[in-house]
Amino acid sequence: MRILAFDTSNQPLSVAVVEGDRILAEQLINVKRNHSVQLMPIIDEVLKQAKLSLDDIDRIAVAQGPGSYTGLRIAVTIAKSLAWTKGIDLVGVSSLKVVAGNRLDEHTGELILPIFDARRQNIYTGLYTRGEDGELLEVMEEVHVAAEQWAEMLAQREWSSPLTLIGADASAFFEIFHEKLGDQVRLARPEQHLPRASVLAFLAQKEETTSAHSFTPTYLKLAEAEENWLKEHPDSEGGNWVEKI
Amino acid sequence: MLILSIETSCDETSASVIENGDTIKSNIVASQINSHKRFGGVVPEIASRHHVEYITLIIEEAMKEAKVTFEDLDAVAVTEGPGLVGALLVGVNAAKAIAFAHDLPLIPVNHLAGHIYANQLIEPLEFPSLALVVSGGHTELVYMKEHGAFEIIGETRDDAAGEAYDKIGRVLGVPYPGGKYIDEMAQLGEDTFNFPRAMIHEDNYDFSFSGLKSAFINTVHNAKQKGEELNHNDLATSFQYAVVDVLIDKTIRAAKEYPVKQIILAGGVAANSGLREGLSKAVEEQLENVCLVIPPLSLTGDNAAMIGAAAFLELEKNHTANLALNAQPGLTL
Repeated sequence: MRILAFDTSNQPLSVAVVEGDRILAEQLINVKRNHSVQLMPIIDEVLKQAKLSLDDIDRIAVAQGPGSYTGLRIAVTIAKSLAWTKGIDLVGVSSLKVVAGNRLDEHTGELILPIFDARRQNIYTGLYTRGEDGELLEVMEEVHVAAEQWAEMLAQREWSSPLTLIGADASAFFEIFHEKLGDQVRLARPEQHLPRASVLAFLAQKEETTSAHSFTPTYLKLAEAEENWLKEHPDSEGGNWVEKI
Repeated sequence: MLILSIETSCDETSASVIENGDTIKSNIVASQINSHKRFGGVVPEIASRHHVEYITLIIEEAMKEAKVTFEDLDAVAVTEGPGLVGALLVGVNAAKAIAFAHDLPLIPVNHLAGHIYANQLIEPLEFPSLALVVSGGHTELVYMKEHGAFEIIGETRDDAAGEAYDKIGRVLGVPYPGGKYIDEMAQLGEDTFNFPRAMIHEDNYDFSFSGLKSAFINTVHNAKQKGEELNHNDLATSFQYAVVDVLIDKTIRAAKEYPVKQIILAGGVAANSGLREGLSKAVEEQLENVCLVIPPLSLTGDNAAMIGAAAFLELEKNHTANLALNAQPGLTL
């Protein structure tokens, strides 16, 4: 199976083409650039480097979120448009899981704590561990939460293994976790913090495919206006917000 | 020549298939108004989220209704700006993906050129032409010597006409967007308040609506403090005349001075019955040998058909983009 995978959930941009257990081509860029300008040309380039065209691709894998709203929408829009228009299978993988996947070579049972900065001392995070068969298991559901609160919650539990903080923003939040959890927390190695589309592709081999039309980013957070509106309308059962005219 | 066009600049997700730049094979528009009504105006982040939810569905529907496949298409066109950046990005990236997947030329289109070229779907543009573009974000008088040549000879210095409608709609407590409701109320009242016609006597083609808006709000506010009830229909009528009088007066003056063969009405406020009727009457009475083109209501609001119409001429000039195309939220004509 040949997979085209890409991730623009945060500042890093990564695109890869993977065939079976072989990485054919991969790009990872981590300087501030415009994803809308860069992503489509780099997909084109990586496919060319792999000596393939879109017609050779069996599956498209995309980091579905959480992350920067705009970054997510660019990757998800391109992924669902390519998948739909070419009839290619589509798989969305959690952006946090992609980063956690960089620790898959570590020992079984390790607790992996991926962290993205969500501003105002909030983070997007979750908790993963490596299972017996080398797969990533979700220990705790992914959330948008105050970093302090998440550290507090983790500190109230007993953990049999160390907790490894991982992600481009992990070091910025390390102190908060260290304060509550002491030497039980540690940082992943520097080369492991950025998302790799090849890791995303390998994770996507085992995931269920999804419908392109209904595919949307996992924001983990409502837009502020909607949050406020729901507070004032707690009984709302939603509505026909978008309709054909 | 078949062009698939996509428009997501504000709160409508739209896709269309246009043949030869003047024939609509399909024009699907999904409106988010019900959603944004909850907040009293368009919330950009929510608009962007809705666009991602619907983008491929709407494109598929446009293709199905037109009974075309990707092999039949000659190009993909998309609104690159102006508009809300997050909303534009969804259309731009969908268009890039489709153009790449099927090796089709990609045509970026200016949203305002789209509004003007909506009229090409009714009858051919004749030059020199004068377009009055009025919407929630724009109020511009555009002189066109020929296809694709846009000279802005007048524009609003503050609020757009449609924006002023929305704001006073909020004061009168009508749902968002207020234009349609104010227009309905204006049919029932009389111009009793005589609001200011800003800049009507000035020797230029610019507009200003914020003074009118303030005068309106002050009138309502003062009456409230005195415990007086004002007739809302009369308020709506007075407001509408104040807006429409200035728009028409300046358009007629520009048409005489330049002079032009054709006047084009374009943009969301082109749906306003006071403007449609008033401009028709003024052109008939005050201008000779000038024809007026007013788009049908279905083409006044944002839609992808107009983008396809404008794209046809862009493609003839080989104005195509590569895969690095980005959204241009502040794009001008």
